[in-house]
Amino acid sequence: MALPALLLFALFALVPMAIVVYLSFTRWDGLGSPAWAGTDNWRTALTSDVTRHALWLTAKMMVFSWVVQTPISLLLGVFVSGKQRYRALLAVFYFVPLLISTAAIAVIFKNLLDPNFGLGAALDLPILGQDWLGDPQLAFYAAVFVIAWQFVPFHTLLYQAGARQIPASLYEAASIDGAGRLKQFWHITLPQLRYTIVTSSTLMVVGSLTYFDLVFVLTGGGPGYATRILPLDMYITGFQSNQMGLASAISVVLVLAGLLLSLALLRFSGFNRMRSQQAGM
Amino acid sequence: MSALSHAPSADSQAHPTPTTAGTPGRLARLRGTNPLGALGGVLWLVVVLVPVYWVVVTSLRTREGFFDANPLALPTSPTLENYRLVLDSGFTHYLLNSALVTVGATLLTLVVSFLAAYAIVRGTSRALRWAFSVFLLGLAIPLQATIIPVYYLIAKAQMYDTLLAIVLPSAAFAIPLTVIILVNFLRDIPDELYESMRADGAGHWRMLWSLAAPLSRPALITVTIYDALNVWNGFLFPLILTQSPDKRVLPLFVWSFQGEFTINIPAILAAVVLSTLPILALYILGRRQLISGLTAGFGK
Repeated sequence: MALPALLLFALFALVPMAIVVYLSFTRWDGLGSPAWAGTDNWRTALTSDVTRHALWLTAKMMVFSWVVQTPISLLLGVFVSGKQRYRALLAVFYFVPLLISTAAIAVIFKNLLDPNFGLGAALDLPILGQDWLGDPQLAFYAAVFVIAWQFVPFHTLLYQAGARQIPASLYEAASIDGAGRLKQFWHITLPQLRYTIVTSSTLMVVGSLTYFDLVFVLTGGGPGYATRILPLDMYITGFQSNQMGLASAISVVLVLAGLLLSLALLRFSGFNRMRSQQAGM
Repeated sequence: MSALSHAPSADSQAHPTPTTAGTPGRLARLRGTNPLGALGGVLWLVVVLVPVYWVVVTSLRTREGFFDANPLALPTSPTLENYRLVLDSGFTHYLLNSALVTVGATLLTLVVSFLAAYAIVRGTSRALRWAFSVFLLGLAIPLQATIIPVYYLIAKAQMYDTLLAIVLPSAAFAIPLTVIILVNFLRDIPDELYESMRADGAGHWRMLWSLAAPLSRPALITVTIYDALNVWNGFLFPLILTQSPDKRVLPLFVWSFQGEFTINIPAILAAVVLSTLPILALYILGRRQLISGLTAGFGK
């Protein structure tokens, strides 16, 4: 009974991994037939400044996304896990970005960050009036912000659910012992949320390899190479410059990055616990 | 069926219920006043809502009005003209495409994943454990990295530029997480229930259909919502695997509409609003389930 799922998954995910390795050793324009090219693509990919830069940007994106999103969603999630009505209402509004498709979010911010007609013009704030997407120094951080806008709500939900499961008795005991709010947060909330933090971080880190759509629509990788993260480098090389062989080599790097990260995270993560449950069966 | 009533303790996992209920008054007050938290909460609310407000307000402006007006002011002469332009650009056709692809891929994922999860939980063979490991590993594969070979396969199979070309890989990539969530849920159904059904002479299919399926309804709803949202918002597969305008799905439509109407920003934003409305409608109908659906899979 597991066979249909395995077959479908293998056909579109496992077999492609084998094919992409093969294609990375060929020259192919996407239309004709792939021709064997030996290690040419690999030599090009590994020595290419563009691809190395893309790899660096991807790592940077991962770190920045985590650093920005984790504190915000952790604090927000814990805050809205309280019971007051207005907090429930807040949570309803926080949810809104999850309803908008990635492409639409990118389109929104592309226009909103426009220095002439966007929010900068509205509020007359110098900080908003900058050419966020047109300046190579700023575009990367603009992308980090838009990604946070899109994903903080989801992680807030995770933390909200996690915080609600912390037994109230822990707080009662602490406040009887005279622990203030800050102490309670530090000694009860944070440790109790450790699995949520791990799960959320895992999703963020592995997810940051898949930020393709948002950056593609928001900046197209530009200006220059300022936001050309690895998946985008792969797409542009393959489907715009028609160098599918070279793009395949980049894909392999992407797969390896994903697998390595997941294996590393698996040591701590919630998925790891699932596996140990399995072993105990 | 009294035996069943205590069975799905797992139910509470799919719907994390607040355990802070019944907090004594003093403590509630203590946790209630949190000016710093409230300030942060309101600040983020502004960050979330200002763009949304701007989108809606701008979509109601005239093209000329857009360039003159303060972006945050209410439109002086609101118009629905932009919405008509979007509707005249084939919106309903793309909406239908999106719906077809989403329903097709989600159904396919659900059926094969549920069968697989049942087999993995109930089966004993080594191969099944191995299968579960394959799905776990599958979580680590970034979808983008396989797009070139998937494109190659779809082209070889003569499926390029069909809706089926979006459905199959979308379903395939939804399988690992769906199976894992369902496996975690099905494990909590006690063995005795299966035993008593077996004693009544039920076979695997019957147990699957009249025991496992109804009991895992919360988990099934969860994965349905999660998978459907992902497919609905999917961008890369439609971008690469289809070409003709009449095969477009909504996210691609929003993107290409923006390309065509670069200077008519109110119209672009009207397209954004219209493309969001279907999900918004579903959200209003099933908020609770949508939220628990999005968190339950990971929230443990």
